[in-house]
Amino acid sequence: MIERFQYDNRIVKNFMFATILWGVVGMLVGLTAALQMIVPDLNMASWFSFGRLRPLHTNAVIFAFVGNAIFAGGYYSLQRLLKTRMFSNALSAIHFWGWQLIIVAAAVTLPLGMTTGKEYAELEWPIDIAITLIWVVFGVNMFGTILKRRERHLYVAIWFFIGTWVTVAMLHIVNSIELPISLTKSYSWYAGVQDALVQWWYGHNAVAFFLTTPFLGLMYYFLPKAANRPIYSYKLSVIHFWSLIFLYIWAGPHHLLYSSLPNWAQSLGVVFSIMLIAPSWGGMLNGLLTLRGAWDRVREDPILKFFVVAVTCYGMATLEGPLLSLKSINAIAHFTDWIVAHVHIGGLGWNGLLTFGMIYWLVPRLYGTQLHSKRLANIHFWSATLGIIFYAVPLYFAGFFQSLMWKQFTPDGFLVYPNFLDTLLEIRSAYWLRAFGGTIYLIGALIMVYNVYRTVRAGRLVANEDAEAPAMEKLVVAKESGHWHRWVESRPIQMLIISLIVVGVGGILELIPTFLVKSNVPTISSVKPYTPLELHGRDIYVREGCYTCHSQMVRPFRSETERYGEYAKAGEFVYDHPFQWGSKRTGPDLLRVGGKYPDSWHYYHMLDPTTMSPGSLMPAYSHLFENSLDTSTTRAKIDAMITMGVPYDPEFPGVANVALTEQREALTASLHKDGIETYSDREIIALIAYLQRIGTDIKVKPLAETGPTR
Amino acid sequence: MNVIFLLLTASTLVATVFLVAFIRAVRSGQYDDDRSPAVRMLHDPAPSRNIPTPDTPSEHVRANH
Repeated sequence: MIERFQYDNRIVKNFMFATILWGVVGMLVGLTAALQMIVPDLNMASWFSFGRLRPLHTNAVIFAFVGNAIFAGGYYSLQRLLKTRMFSNALSAIHFWGWQLIIVAAAVTLPLGMTTGKEYAELEWPIDIAITLIWVVFGVNMFGTILKRRERHLYVAIWFFIGTWVTVAMLHIVNSIELPISLTKSYSWYAGVQDALVQWWYGHNAVAFFLTTPFLGLMYYFLPKAANRPIYSYKLSVIHFWSLIFLYIWAGPHHLLYSSLPNWAQSLGVVFSIMLIAPSWGGMLNGLLTLRGAWDRVREDPILKFFVVAVTCYGMATLEGPLLSLKSINAIAHFTDWIVAHVHIGGLGWNGLLTFGMIYWLVPRLYGTQLHSKRLANIHFWSATLGIIFYAVPLYFAGFFQSLMWKQFTPDGFLVYPNFLDTLLEIRSAYWLRAFGGTIYLIGALIMVYNVYRTVRAGRLVANEDAEAPAMEKLVVAKESGHWHRWVESRPIQMLIISLIVVGVGGILELIPTFLVKSNVPTISSVKPYTPLELHGRDIYVREGCYTCHSQMVRPFRSETERYGEYAKAGEFVYDHPFQWGSKRTGPDLLRVGGKYPDSWHYYHMLDPTTMSPGSLMPAYSHLFENSLDTSTTRAKIDAMITMGVPYDPEFPGVANVALTEQREALTASLHKDGIETYSDREIIALIAYLQRIGTDIKVKPLAETGPTR
Repeated sequence: MNVIFLLLTASTLVATVFLVAFIRAVRSGQYDDDRSPAVRMLHDPAPSRNIPTPDTPSEHVRANH
């Protein structure tokens, strides 16, 4: 019996416009941050400084731009692949508006410095809860649609969406376990090494299951559609899916090579990263080979051009990723701009171009008209492609050469570039070129905005698209011809459970040991909890996003121990909620900065970095000299730490502010001795207290008296 | 410390079962239909122009029941 129904195009349109809007915003914030790295004066206010805008940029492009693109393409393809309308119009609307509200909340709170300090998971706990709820709404809507479908077979794209939903839910919940002390502040439940492992298990799999698998789903739908040819090998797509979700979840520790993470966990991450090449390239080749015999059409059709370069970038990034996880290559690339270039091949190339191609394909269909200008779409394609090249190539050079400068020794055994700043100033021209590339890419996106606007004006939204399909026949279970995978394909709930098991096995193996096995973290008796003032200072460090430019992880290389001091030990970080190891050194590592300079040096340096390091590109932090420290939260902070197992005396929370006052009066007196008159209640005092404490608990020996080494 | 080996063994065992099951599935050629889904997804036939009869209610009508 043929049934008539209507596809919901309005929800697709809403998500698509949100994609475009937040895409432009996210890229604009990215460009701003890129310029702030070269022109420190562009850090114009506390809420407009690099340390706060960089998290805004990453969150905007990942969760707002790419997120909305997933939902737009997902809602369009799910309905057509399953031959049904979405499960619930209400849930679709709640999903849409809920997600946009979350984005707005992020755009407000991140510049205000409300952050958990964990990369790509910076949003504070109320927003984390909102994300969870909206994700559940999305899940109910998707699985509801799958259950009422008229097509027995679940096309490969749907598996990718299912795998995405399951894994992201698990990652988000596990990594977001935090202890709130107020509406806007919480502490990660995990500390130090464990926090690092959970965070990069999350961080890596956010790339895997938010930026990769859903986009593979989109590729498997929109690429064959745009080319009007079936995917090269359906069999390969099945293998591709299962092997990818099976392998991806284990590779997280490759973000922590040479860190204080136990070595066996690092090596495990490397092995699985290398294995990932196979399924990744299987997917890439499957996409590209779909166009075999149709390459002449790629010359004509801008949409196919976008797709071809997007899939090529996917292939490049997924070969580069495993290579970067080899320890010898990672030793060079980690903490440098090489990584920034790598992620932008993925972000601008794979996610960006696939999204643009998808939008150009969708708009005329949603509005029952033709694309306004194919020529403008072609111009957009070339500006985006050139933008990527101008962005990435200079940063590859910059990352490689800066790393070599960090590691270079003179014949008599001294660092050739003892001053970190010298190595940064050498690569400044690459930063300019990167900003130029980003500008071209953004201009291309604005051309798309115009093209979409004109197309929309010329057409009329087909809000409800008529469709018909035969009702799904009752499944007659034929055991003998049954096959486990066929069985799974027609049973989404069982499939959900199997996905959970596959994904969970990887997660458990990776995480449980460090939780259970105390011996992974040798307790160092000299490592003591932070004083209340230092704890406040640490929170300011997190709030200002210092970790976006400074690491706290000295790797066990001679070039690093010479420059910074003793390498990092796992036991040093047991009271660090959250860990602040960082992932990028635009400035020097700070793990051994404690006691390296007098208090007054930090005072002047934070007021105007160029007075202490001429030519410094670090922003000034004048607001820390104006704001007074909020000591009303001291007790809640110490209480929270005690709850999480930090061994303060049980009586201590009551008298913490007494200790705090004592310490800051002493620090103010020390500044006074150096001729600095300041109020003791200012935030800068707490920050200096923290900076002077970092890494001093196990300082093995004072640094060689050979003068400044950084 | 032994818990590592316990977990490692148990987890790897489960993981291996999946891998073996998958490879066997592929090798035994049980994907009878590994072509048509890829072709079928290309077809979104436009609905015929017939006026819907009460026998074929639209989704909206059914939703009101």
